[in-house]
Amino acid sequence: MPGITREEVAHLAKLARLELSAEELEHFAGQLDDIIGAVAAVSEVAGEDVPPTSHPLPLTNVMRPDEVRPSLTPEQALSGAPAQEQQRFKVPQILGEE
Amino acid sequence: MTVTDLVSYEDALASYDPVMGLEVHVELGTRTKMFCGCATAPGAPANSQTCPTCLGLPGSLPVVNATAVESAVRIGLALNCSIAEWCRFARKNYFYPDMPKNFQTSQYDEPIAFDGYLDVQLEDGEVFRVGIERAHMEEDTGKSTHIGGATGRIHGASHSLLDYNRAGIPLIEIVTRPITGAGERAPEVARAYVAELRELIRALGVSEARMEMGQMRCDVNLSLMPKGAQAFGTRSETKNVNSLRSVERAARYEIQRHAAVLDGGGVIVQETRHFHEDDGSTTAGRVKEEAEDYRYFPEPDLVPVAPDRAWVEELRGTLPEPPRVRRNRLREEWGISEHEMQSVLNAGALDPILASIAAGAPADQARKWWMGELARRANEDGVELSALPITPEQVARVCALVAEGSLNDKLARQTIEGVLAGEGDPDRVVEARGLKVVSDEGALGTAVDEAIAGNQAIADKIRGGKVAAAGALVGAVMKATRGQADAARVRELILERLGVQG
Repeated sequence: MPGITREEVAHLAKLARLELSAEELEHFAGQLDDIIGAVAAVSEVAGEDVPPTSHPLPLTNVMRPDEVRPSLTPEQALSGAPAQEQQRFKVPQILGEE
Repeated sequence: MTVTDLVSYEDALASYDPVMGLEVHVELGTRTKMFCGCATAPGAPANSQTCPTCLGLPGSLPVVNATAVESAVRIGLALNCSIAEWCRFARKNYFYPDMPKNFQTSQYDEPIAFDGYLDVQLEDGEVFRVGIERAHMEEDTGKSTHIGGATGRIHGASHSLLDYNRAGIPLIEIVTRPITGAGERAPEVARAYVAELRELIRALGVSEARMEMGQMRCDVNLSLMPKGAQAFGTRSETKNVNSLRSVERAARYEIQRHAAVLDGGGVIVQETRHFHEDDGSTTAGRVKEEAEDYRYFPEPDLVPVAPDRAWVEELRGTLPEPPRVRRNRLREEWGISEHEMQSVLNAGALDPILASIAAGAPADQARKWWMGELARRANEDGVELSALPITPEQVARVCALVAEGSLNDKLARQTIEGVLAGEGDPDRVVEARGLKVVSDEGALGTAVDEAIAGNQAIADKIRGGKVAAAGALVGAVMKATRGQADAARVRELILERLGVQG
């Protein structure tokens, strides 16, 4: 039976920079386990002749020519930024004090 | 800062065998980004070349750049790789603000090119084969500026500023197989490999691969194993080593550092290291406690790339002559030694020389001017040969003027000086500075007669058979004509006048 453990959920939460309380961990581990179980049921239905897919359409080689299209103006690009400085996106300190 | 212990290079190599892995990122010279139509031209105002796709805004969809895929296939073929019949992009998830999407679109277990090799030639002519594990497509990240810390470093910064113009520019990452068996020549092999790769990328015309502009960047992975051992040691990863010289120095430094740690009974920590141009050392960066978990998964917004076999073969037909083969062919055609050819390469003179030859200059003359006068000037000015304000065609014209007897070497040098000083084309400089060789026999004859008249004692010596003394009179004539006479002709005239056989 494929499933997900509480430890694996804690690891994923760490990678996703999500702070979860012990209660939340318990709660989400249960929910995620249910979801994985459901997905696993789909896998059981798929026979040997059904290849795994990452895209719903049987397309390949969708490309565009190397031609410049208009970009946003810097003002438009920065319009959704919570903070900006020198026409750049301003982000909080990346490395904490060591 | 603690002082890092090193053992001498010779001692390190006496006890250990180095194993290297080189990862090179090449920024392609496409007009647009990898997955959107934003321009890639350098020097644009911050955040003026972005769109919803490269900013990762909701609802935007990437579409791959056809030229970038073609470039990737051509690079793969030139590296003797197999080209995937079908491959996908993958999301590499990580937390760092240089990618607004919070992931980099890359390739994971399905690279477009794999299993190849590149033969590189060391300075003494020895050929070393470097195995290529893979070459895959991905995108560059944005540019960070760290504010508030010392000298722009991330450590101690209060905040950072991001310009996403570079985010999404096509990159090809080329990864070697572990390079073993190079022994003491490992740093040299590393440098030769990166140099050869750079030449190849340029010959393919897919990127200018200028390392000083960050268009080509190298990570040097290095480990040591005791001589005779089978298992590789733990490696360090020195990031962003951005010149050929630095690649060699970084490898050499790490060999000495690893040996010191191992000799002292210590263990090498698997970590990234930063290279310092000023003293050639490396310092510890991030420690990799565990294999990084990037949670790669196939990119659902892009469809697979399946290069058609006929198209791949067509691209194979467009490959240039491999740079190493081309260099050896030219060396033989020119009849010069390995050492002389190496000097030409080190001076960055190969392309200018070839362009001058294409413009009609004889090979030896083109080489003479580019490797002599011009290389000296470039060196003095601290610029690349190709950056001098003289074109290969202008150099060829100077060669032609010398060949037809209009200029001697001295005048040719002055002509080149004039061109470099912005006085116009060689013909114009010759005209304006009055540099033409005096070939008017009448004018030359008068100058010869005057020289004889003014130096009777010398003239008598020559008459008496001391032909070598003619040099002094030639000098006098050259002085009188301000160097614009053909010295050989002057000598002939003097001897003729004095009735002596040369």
